[in-house]
Amino acid sequence: MLFSFLRGCRAFFVISIAASVLASLCELVIPKIISYTIDVGLGDVPFYVPAPFAWAENFLGSLGTARALALFAGLILAIAVLMGCCKYLENVFNRKGAETLVENMRNRLYEHIGRLPFAWYMKNQTGDIIQRCTSDVETVKAFLSEQLTSVVSTTLLIGMSLGFMFGINTTLACIALVSIPIVIAYSAFFHGKIGARFQYCDENEGKLSSIVQENLTGVRVVRAFGREKYEVDKFTVQNNVYCDAWVKLSRLMSLFWAAGDLISGLQVMIILVVGAVLCVDGSLTTGDFIAIVSYNSMLTWPVRSLGRVISEMSKTGVSIGRIGEIMAAEAEQDVSGAVDADMDGDIVFDHVSFGYDESAKILHDVSLEIKKGSTVGILGMTGSGKSTLVSLLCRLYDLPEDGGKITLAGRDIREIKASSLRKNIGIVLQEPFLFSRTLRENIGMTFDDVGANEAAITEAARAACLDETIRNFTNGYETTVGERGVTLSGGQKQRTAIARLLASAPPVMIFDDSLSAVDSETDAKIRAALREKTADSTVILISHRIQTLMSADKIVVMAGGRITESGTHEELLRAGGIYKKINDIQTGLPEEIAQERG
Amino acid sequence: MDETNTKITHLKLFGIPRLLPHLKAHAPMMVIMILLGIAGSAVDIVFPKYQEYAINHFIGGNTLDTIVPFIVTYAMFLILKIIFDVNSTFMASKIEMYIGRDLKKKTFDHLQTLSFSYFNRNSVGYVHARVMSDTGRIGTLVSWYLMDCVWNITYMVGALAVMLRTNWKLTLIVLIVIPIVTTIVALMQKKLTDANRRIREMNSKITGSFNEGITGAKTVKTLVTEDKMLRRFTGETEEMKKISVSEARYRGILWTSLTAASYIALALVLHRGGVLNVDGVMALGTLSLFMSYSMGIMQPIRWIVSSLSQLITVQVNIERLTGLLETESDVADSAEVIAKYGDMFEPKRENWEELQGDIEFENVSFKYPDGDEYVLRDFSLKIPHGTNVAIVGETGAGKSTLVNLVCRFFEPTSGRLLIDGRDARERSQLWLHSNIGYVLQTPHLFSGTIRDNLKYGAPDATDEEIMAALETVSAAGIIEKSEKGLDTEVGEGGDLLSTGEKQLLSFARAILCQPKILVLDEATSSIDTFTEQLIQNAIEKVIAGRTTFMIAHRLSTVRNADIILVVRDGVIVESGTHKELIAKRGYYYSLYTRQYEREATDSAFAGAFAEKK
Repeated sequence: MLFSFLRGCRAFFVISIAASVLASLCELVIPKIISYTIDVGLGDVPFYVPAPFAWAENFLGSLGTARALALFAGLILAIAVLMGCCKYLENVFNRKGAETLVENMRNRLYEHIGRLPFAWYMKNQTGDIIQRCTSDVETVKAFLSEQLTSVVSTTLLIGMSLGFMFGINTTLACIALVSIPIVIAYSAFFHGKIGARFQYCDENEGKLSSIVQENLTGVRVVRAFGREKYEVDKFTVQNNVYCDAWVKLSRLMSLFWAAGDLISGLQVMIILVVGAVLCVDGSLTTGDFIAIVSYNSMLTWPVRSLGRVISEMSKTGVSIGRIGEIMAAEAEQDVSGAVDADMDGDIVFDHVSFGYDESAKILHDVSLEIKKGSTVGILGMTGSGKSTLVSLLCRLYDLPEDGGKITLAGRDIREIKASSLRKNIGIVLQEPFLFSRTLRENIGMTFDDVGANEAAITEAARAACLDETIRNFTNGYETTVGERGVTLSGGQKQRTAIARLLASAPPVMIFDDSLSAVDSETDAKIRAALREKTADSTVILISHRIQTLMSADKIVVMAGGRITESGTHEELLRAGGIYKKINDIQTGLPEEIAQERG
Repeated sequence: MDETNTKITHLKLFGIPRLLPHLKAHAPMMVIMILLGIAGSAVDIVFPKYQEYAINHFIGGNTLDTIVPFIVTYAMFLILKIIFDVNSTFMASKIEMYIGRDLKKKTFDHLQTLSFSYFNRNSVGYVHARVMSDTGRIGTLVSWYLMDCVWNITYMVGALAVMLRTNWKLTLIVLIVIPIVTTIVALMQKKLTDANRRIREMNSKITGSFNEGITGAKTVKTLVTEDKMLRRFTGETEEMKKISVSEARYRGILWTSLTAASYIALALVLHRGGVLNVDGVMALGTLSLFMSYSMGIMQPIRWIVSSLSQLITVQVNIERLTGLLETESDVADSAEVIAKYGDMFEPKRENWEELQGDIEFENVSFKYPDGDEYVLRDFSLKIPHGTNVAIVGETGAGKSTLVNLVCRFFEPTSGRLLIDGRDARERSQLWLHSNIGYVLQTPHLFSGTIRDNLKYGAPDATDEEIMAALETVSAAGIIEKSEKGLDTEVGEGGDLLSTGEKQLLSFARAILCQPKILVLDEATSSIDTFTEQLIQNAIEKVIAGRTTFMIAHRLSTVRNADIILVVRDGVIVESGTHKELIAKRGYYYSLYTRQYEREATDSAFAGAFAEKK
């Protein structure tokens, strides 16, 4: 999986590493030049150049000291500029790689999550999914773009500088070499060890954080019961525990750094002393001595950070696993040979039984025929399975094999492409969801080009009794809703969702208790507009209000996951069942209240 | 929202003066830290001198005569440096944590005294970030910024001093580089700060999009707008990539020019120093010393310039936190009241009068501190003790206003609230709160055991009293059902219990403290009929004999109230008994009939169901 995310960014990382190697090479050449300058330009070592450059020998000899110095200084500058360019490329390409990687990961996660079946959303917690898509993605990015590349380039740097050192003097190079594994091992061991302590600190931070969180969300309770002192005491205790945990950890950290400093300090000292001895001995030139000291100091930091990086890399596995779980979840998929929806026909629920989990069935053997172009009303109490019924029709959930079937124009909806089915069946949910975009964009959500459909949007808003409300906002249709914009009331949200449905005008429209938060005056107005707008559409109305349902061509009554009565308003009244009873209660309302009065 | 604030605040001296009063307590530790830091940095300056000595004396003189003292003193300095460094870094961490801890405590304590207008204006997330992250960031800034300052400045000053003493002309040549470096860093740093701010904004946008995609999944699916959503999302991630890469470019230029600058310095030293060496003015070791220093001082220079951006970013945190600490509660007890009744943390219960529960609104006008419109105008109402007041209206209509005033979560803008005939402001808030029982619509329990939660308002309650209270509200079943009884953990926010159970427990919690005034915010969410019946019974029992304010949804509660206040768009539009209001055929009537439809439908179904079984 990791490799598939790397597609398109591997080249960037390779270039970045190559640039970093080149930069290191430049960096390593400079001490060599200084050493040469000191020995040859200033000291008494005779001019020498490697065999292929023998032609340069005379040239150098002819320059004279001052000019040779200027030449070397210029050479250093030139190399420094080259090195700077390499470092720049290293930085930019590494970041390009990292950002391409993250972009890939995010886009693919987003796309994949969008394709997952609705049941998956019900099983997983939003916060957890988001964490996987954000901080776990960051961890993986850090692993590939920082840790992995730094391990590669540091290893190369260590290798190369050791190479240079060995080229100068074996004894000193060996001293430097010996200390490297010690420092890396020590630092990796320490960072691994300290992980538990970090976790302890994090846990305590979590506890402290939730005390604050609970205090703030429960501020009314705290105040109303006058328990401020108790809260403060509780907080203080945990605050101290948290603080002490960190102080203890940082004492450990300071000691760790000190030990690291000691090791590298001693190493520098040994190199200095041994180097001096070798110089006096005559087996090392002054310039080489200075070069070796430079190489050694160049190694100190990369080596020390390598240990930390190695120990941090182990944490990445967890994040990769957590992202992998999302990517492995099975996406919604149409069966092979799935066709576009043929809307020229009736919708039939044929002995449908369904439950979200095996043990509790929500629908029991429901059969219902919805004629094309007709309006069907569903009356039922809270939790009777009305919403489940329409969720099944939109294939938010798929019926199990033995759960009967739902057909559209004679074809099992499982054989129809989900996208085609849903495009043709619009639904207004009981608790509608609006996007944090402008009202115009929200209503025109199903249009590819919102600007080109302005008339349809305004028209839909008017039908949903929303146009006037929107025009009263300062920004009108450009008002952004949601977290970053205005908060709409429940009724306004429902009306926006209705307008959204009307704007897209699908052949089948479902209103799932969609006017529950709208006052009865507006309710009546919207219903009148709807009748006009939906004349040619198949409409499914879910409500507990007889008035909303009575003009439907067919009304079914649902109780306990079963259809208990069905017929037109008049038929149901004649049948004298629950429907009639409820009708009597609702139409008889004023009298009953009058009685109460009396 | 809060982390993405796009405004950059400008405070005097980066807001540091506003922090000073909060840092006083740690001044002695800071002084020690600074001294240790200076000492450690000073020792650091010594080490290149050893290199110089090795080259000039041993190698140049071709002798090893002082090699033993060389090693011994070097090791001594090394140990000294480590001792200084361990202590100064540990000291810095300690200061960081202590400042964080103290600021956290101050902030938390202060929050307990702030009035509700503060909590209405600021979201929980915002306030939480002030307590938890601003304090930490300020602690880090103060201690480590100071530490870095000490280290870098000492090193730079020390190194320059040594260089100047050794050869001032050569030093001046090196210094030419400094203005170049400073300009580049300053230029890039500004761009970097900008880019980083945009990256943060983009990041929260992307997180928001994930959130929207997940919480709106049902709608996205039914509207079949997956492609449209994905298009917008990929637009965002692409934008993010662009900004990030351009940030990397600025960073790259910064690093490149810094590296180049330090090598310019090196080349200058090598060239000029080489000439001096040939002239016999400067020994080789001294030349290498110069090279070390001239490379070494680049880091401090870079730090000093770039750290300004750190200060700029933290300013926002400083401003927000000090802003919180300086906010004064608009509901505060007067000095006389505190003198007599004590404050929140040290109440003088011996002076508290018994509360009867007579409440009177006397010409009360009220507008919320953050609102422009009056929601109450010249409102007068006498509520004798034991009265049952129901407040009805649509969700979000502003039903809590009266309750907020009675609980003194807010004070009237004008007019008076009388409790037992005396202005509420004549007694302490805690006195009032100790006499109020409060049951929230969404019951809020604290993590801990059931017992902890029940005793929340009555810390001295015995187990017998607790059980009696549970019995009263028919919640004893919850305890019997749980293995650990009263010691059962309820989880964070009480999440291990069902909503109905939480409701019942919060009833028990409210009556355990024997309140004279009871505030109930009835739940709208559907709970199973059995629990609903239990809660209904509980309500009837607990309101008897108490002055009760109920934000009511159930018809039965509303019908039986002594007085009903009807709220629409934040304003009380009708008031009276149920009969009076029905007769009026006004807004209450329409609210009531709508609710009636729903309840009647459900109960008709329930009845039909029962018959079948």
